[in-house]
Amino acid sequence: MKKQILSVLVENQSGVLARVSGLFSRRGYNIESLVVGRCESPDISRMTIVACGDEAQIEQVKKQLNKLIEVIKVTDITERKHVERELALIKVNAEPGDMRSEVMQIAGIFRAKVIDVGSKTIVLEITGDSGKIDAIEELLKPYGIYEMVRTGKVALQRGSATVLNSK
Amino acid sequence: MKTGAQILIESLKDEGTDIIFGYPGGSVLPIYDVLYDSGIKHILVRHEQAAVHAADGYARASGKTGVCLATSGPGACNLISGIATANMDSVPVIALTGQVPTGMLGNDAFQESDITGITMPVTKHNYLVNDAGNIRRIVREAFFIAGTGRKGPVLIDLPKDVQTGQVDESENLKTEINLRGYKPTFRGHPKQIKSAIKLIAEAKRPIVYAGGGVIASDSSAELIQLAEMLDLPVTTTMMGLGAIPAHHPLNLGMLGMHGTEAANYAVTECDLLIAVGARFDDRVTGKIELFAPNAKVIHIDVDPAEIGKNKAVDVPIVGDAGEVLREMINLSETLDIKKKDPWLVKIENWRENHMMKYRDDKELHPQYIIEQLSGILEGEGIIVSEVGQNQMWAAQYYGFKSPRQWISSGGLGTMGYGFPAAIGAQFAKPDETVVLIAGDGSFQMNIQELGTVSQYNVPVKILILNNMYLGMVRQWQELFYERRYSYTELPQVDFVGIAAAYGIPGLKVEDKDDVEAALKKAMETDGPFLIDFRIEREENVFPMVPAGAAISDMIGCHIPDKEEAKR
Repeated sequence: MKKQILSVLVENQSGVLARVSGLFSRRGYNIESLVVGRCESPDISRMTIVACGDEAQIEQVKKQLNKLIEVIKVTDITERKHVERELALIKVNAEPGDMRSEVMQIAGIFRAKVIDVGSKTIVLEITGDSGKIDAIEELLKPYGIYEMVRTGKVALQRGSATVLNSK
Repeated sequence: MKTGAQILIESLKDEGTDIIFGYPGGSVLPIYDVLYDSGIKHILVRHEQAAVHAADGYARASGKTGVCLATSGPGACNLISGIATANMDSVPVIALTGQVPTGMLGNDAFQESDITGITMPVTKHNYLVNDAGNIRRIVREAFFIAGTGRKGPVLIDLPKDVQTGQVDESENLKTEINLRGYKPTFRGHPKQIKSAIKLIAEAKRPIVYAGGGVIASDSSAELIQLAEMLDLPVTTTMMGLGAIPAHHPLNLGMLGMHGTEAANYAVTECDLLIAVGARFDDRVTGKIELFAPNAKVIHIDVDPAEIGKNKAVDVPIVGDAGEVLREMINLSETLDIKKKDPWLVKIENWRENHMMKYRDDKELHPQYIIEQLSGILEGEGIIVSEVGQNQMWAAQYYGFKSPRQWISSGGLGTMGYGFPAAIGAQFAKPDETVVLIAGDGSFQMNIQELGTVSQYNVPVKILILNNMYLGMVRQWQELFYERRYSYTELPQVDFVGIAAAYGIPGLKVEDKDDVEAALKKAMETDGPFLIDFRIEREENVFPMVPAGAAISDMIGCHIPDKEEAKR
């Protein structure tokens, strides 16, 4: 099983997300994350989909995505030079005193931002690849994570390559 | 100023629609009001499911796009199995549905259903129209999507206030189609086509495996031309019947679960499989690992997603079958590809010794009825089937001569499809003889359409192969469930009496000797006619490949005589 990152341009219309997610569920494809948002042109949205499967399965996923009328372009950027990022917000237990300064130290090492401080908790914002977020999560666990949200992966190809000009 | 409903009907006319199969209701009243004196013929069916099947039968018989119309909620929901049928068999159908007004959408209003949500997985595309000003563009797009590339059904959901909405159409009426996410490939890649010809030249035991794509793309002439030029034997799927005449010397008949021995052996032994508009369905391939196990594969299909989906392919060619075959013919003309003699001798031998056979004794066998029908119509006419044993006997024993003569639900296997589809086919081809071959089970799934046949005097000939069983399921129970006939027996029905109640003449036939006369009487009758054939009850469809077995592993090839069978 390989993880593939698909960068997909779709028409910015209601129902497109349902078509794409429905395709994955009814054909039994594994989806690890799906991020959608507007991109450089207002009438197009970009989806970044991380899907798992063997080569043949991923090939089918791509072909089936391409069959959707509102899907404009599908590019598999896994093997292409690309940058990827994920963002997480973590609400961690940080009682004033040693505990709070330790958590702050960890945040500093990971270049995470403190975006909220409560009497017993702080909320950290961290950006990076998925591995980095996994790592800080592991380190913070012993302090007690109240809540966490991860955006899922977004990615772009390096250099001048774009989804539209990629083969 | 025009209303949305007026624009809809105008747009349908612009697309060449002259007939709609439909059923009115509260949410489509504005459309029906415009339809009333629009010049478009409207056929009132007795159930919305019949409307979509009829539109589908119309499309398959004519090659044009069929149109059906239903109201919101239950009306729209009744279309679903028909839409799914058209989707599986790649049939161009436009389904128009009424919807509650936009202000009430999502409100659980009376007769509301989220039909675009429900049909998403079974349509090629669908639309919920939110502005009357978009109707013209959407209708154009819908017909374009339905009728190009891999064809399929498109649903347009029209809220009632959109139908009544006023639009000022003084601006340019011509809306260019601009679908940047939909660009079907028509021409095959020249390099791949060259590679395919090279493989054919090198092959010692090639075979063409032709499917419904050949019919859908109207390329059967090209298929036959190429096969004759290069001496390629041909087998077709059920959906591909008629792509090459049944009695053509290169035709091995249908392959797969109920295919001929000849076709299944030839595919198993071939060293090159040329798939044209076929999708390696499990009913064709049986155990996929043992399907053409030693062959290289060329796969021509307009839908790239079909290539490599079930079977690894050596030469993929994405394109319209007709376009690709024409290119292959052009390339082959300059080549000298020798006849594959030992292979053709073997094919001829299989054709002679392993084609379809049944026990032809004094009993009334369904196969005999189909053979007689084929003889009387001389292989002409349009044969529409239901689903089950009746379908397989018709597919096996009718001598189809040309494409679009055979109309049957393949991929979805929808019982109840045949009767309304036959009605649709008859409206597409008013001068052709249209024959429905049904079982007593499947006929009763849309038997109410006798009302439609009666009202419009649709001259379909209804042949019921009546064995008082859900025959195909019973056959599986006999073979794989120790003859435990769990809920597959049906009580006898006086079908002739029911037809009579609708004013349709009919005959009951119990004796083999009466078959020919009854069929002739049906064909000579002006208008509809029904024959209730009381056939041998436990007749099976053979040969048969058990589910999951290799297609060379057939049962029921040897037909025992009655004495032998008793032992």
